[in-house]
Amino acid sequence: MAGPALIPAGDFRTTYAADTTIFPTTTSRNFAIAGVALLCLAPQFFSGYWLSILIQIGIFSIAALGLNILVGFTGQISIGHAAFFLLGAFTSAYISNSAPIPVFFAIPLAGLVTALVGLVFGIPAARLKGLYLVIATLAAQYILLDFFSRAEWFSGGSVPASAEPFSIFGYTLRGDRQYFYVVLAYVLASYILVTNLMRTRDGRALVAIRDHYLSAEIMGINLTKYRTLSFGLAAFFAGIAGALYAHYQLVVSQEGFGIERSILFLAMIIIGGTGSIMGTLMGTAFVVLLPESMEWISLHLKGGAIDKALSLNTNITFLREIAIGVIIIAFLMFEPDGLAHRWRQIKAYWKLYPFSH
Amino acid sequence: MATSLEVRGVSLRFGGVRALTDVSFAIREGELFSIIGPNGAGKTSIVNCISGRYKPTEGQLFYKDRDITGLTPNARASLGIGRTFQNLALFHHMSVLDNIMVGRHHLLKNNFLTGSLYWLTGARKEELEHRRKVEEIIDFLDLQSVRKATAGTLSYGLRKRVELARAMALEPRLILLDEPMAGMNFEEKEDMARYIVDLNEEFGMTVVMIEHDMGVVMDISHRVMVLDFGKKIADGDPATVLADPHVKRAYLGEEDEVLVDPDDAPAAQESAA
Repeated sequence: MAGPALIPAGDFRTTYAADTTIFPTTTSRNFAIAGVALLCLAPQFFSGYWLSILIQIGIFSIAALGLNILVGFTGQISIGHAAFFLLGAFTSAYISNSAPIPVFFAIPLAGLVTALVGLVFGIPAARLKGLYLVIATLAAQYILLDFFSRAEWFSGGSVPASAEPFSIFGYTLRGDRQYFYVVLAYVLASYILVTNLMRTRDGRALVAIRDHYLSAEIMGINLTKYRTLSFGLAAFFAGIAGALYAHYQLVVSQEGFGIERSILFLAMIIIGGTGSIMGTLMGTAFVVLLPESMEWISLHLKGGAIDKALSLNTNITFLREIAIGVIIIAFLMFEPDGLAHRWRQIKAYWKLYPFSH
Repeated sequence: MATSLEVRGVSLRFGGVRALTDVSFAIREGELFSIIGPNGAGKTSIVNCISGRYKPTEGQLFYKDRDITGLTPNARASLGIGRTFQNLALFHHMSVLDNIMVGRHHLLKNNFLTGSLYWLTGARKEELEHRRKVEEIIDFLDLQSVRKATAGTLSYGLRKRVELARAMALEPRLILLDEPMAGMNFEEKEDMARYIVDLNEEFGMTVVMIEHDMGVVMDISHRVMVLDFGKKIADGDPATVLADPHVKRAYLGEEDEVLVDPDDAPAAQESAA
């Protein structure tokens, strides 16, 4: 992927096709395939708790991938991503409840509807930059949330809307164990599609706009079109993720999808690495796992020496919140390029060992 | 020869500042045309008007007899007008290869849907065909060793060359080079001059070049235009322009005999080097 990869000596490419593969070496490709195969076995070995964590990572990583197209690759910014996530969730629930369309089709349909709405918001946003764009996307967040609370026919208003379980042609998937495979399929498809997008014409156009929009325009790239498109793509993946979330929870509510969730999506891609596809997955895993591990640590601290010395007692739960904040700030200061960059350095360390360069 | 570009009475004002006043000229197809003039004379402004970054306040631009005054920069790129920038304007985080591939944007047909489906839609085949064309440009400009390097990490001279490569990838019929040799050492300048002559003679591109190095301008241009305070003060073959008293006063300096004689200019440089 992006950035110069360390290619082992003697690995010569003799065709252009061999030079444009997704994975730089055969080994890295085999590792990825093995990783996916292991994940396929996950439902056999993991308990319900860990499986639900994996499903959450999967769903949020699709939404974060969409945001990374917009922020990491196109250089735009959005703090309204959670609203599009929620729109996808409500749309998919609404479609599968009110029409005889199985959830299998409702999910991509919800993605398309969200993409259309994203394009509408993208038209004004494509003409804005920086702080002005932040405010415009903030408006998108509030407009959509306000719509959800008023349109009772669509979202159930103050009562959470119910969503059908995942079904295809009369066959219904029930429980985390089966749903895990749906999410895994969507994650794989999304990541492969976006990887392909980024190595072809339109993906390059997006990155060109990010790096130098004036010369991108001189190179024949229509700025408005591609900025709007980027919004549409970001909304599409948010919508898909939201729809997956709706049919996972079987109920959709606005609760927890305010601006703070939008910012959490931003945190995922910043921690993972803006403009890095694999980094998105790492960042999402990090952000989802962080509160869980902090929970675990604070649980073990309870009644321990530190707890007694500082007489934390019930305040120990706040330690978790503080720690999350501290870790995110530390990340921004010491690893601004994200986990993807750190991962490249670790790989380089192993490949070059015992030398450092 | 047919006219490639015609500029008719172009004026450009920014509030009270007159960047260009009633500039008219025509460039024939296959010509190597240089624009010279002191700093702030409006050289880059006129190139910006041609490439579409500025819209002239008055006047019209015709490219191959078509009025392009109202066209957006990206539409002009599709018509075959390419350019490089005075201050480097590469895509810094992309590889050299990707930078050049961006230049082929208007020649590629795959879009975000077909591109995402890569193997199924022929996007892969198309990308590989264009990769081949890009490699020809890389060969021509001797960029093989840096094709995978991130553009932002390259040295100044190399970046200038990558920028030329990117503009060439557009397959332009008219290429605008804004100070292609600024800040280069003698050897790099020599290389760049050869590339420019090749662009013109081998690739058959019409070249418009802004350059301060009078030696190079005199050596390789077919025709020279001189701007001063946004007005055209002379235009013609290099020797005539150099002899023009207005040009001497505005740009070259009257006493400087070394620069005035085109035959002496390279010699002066060699002794300086």
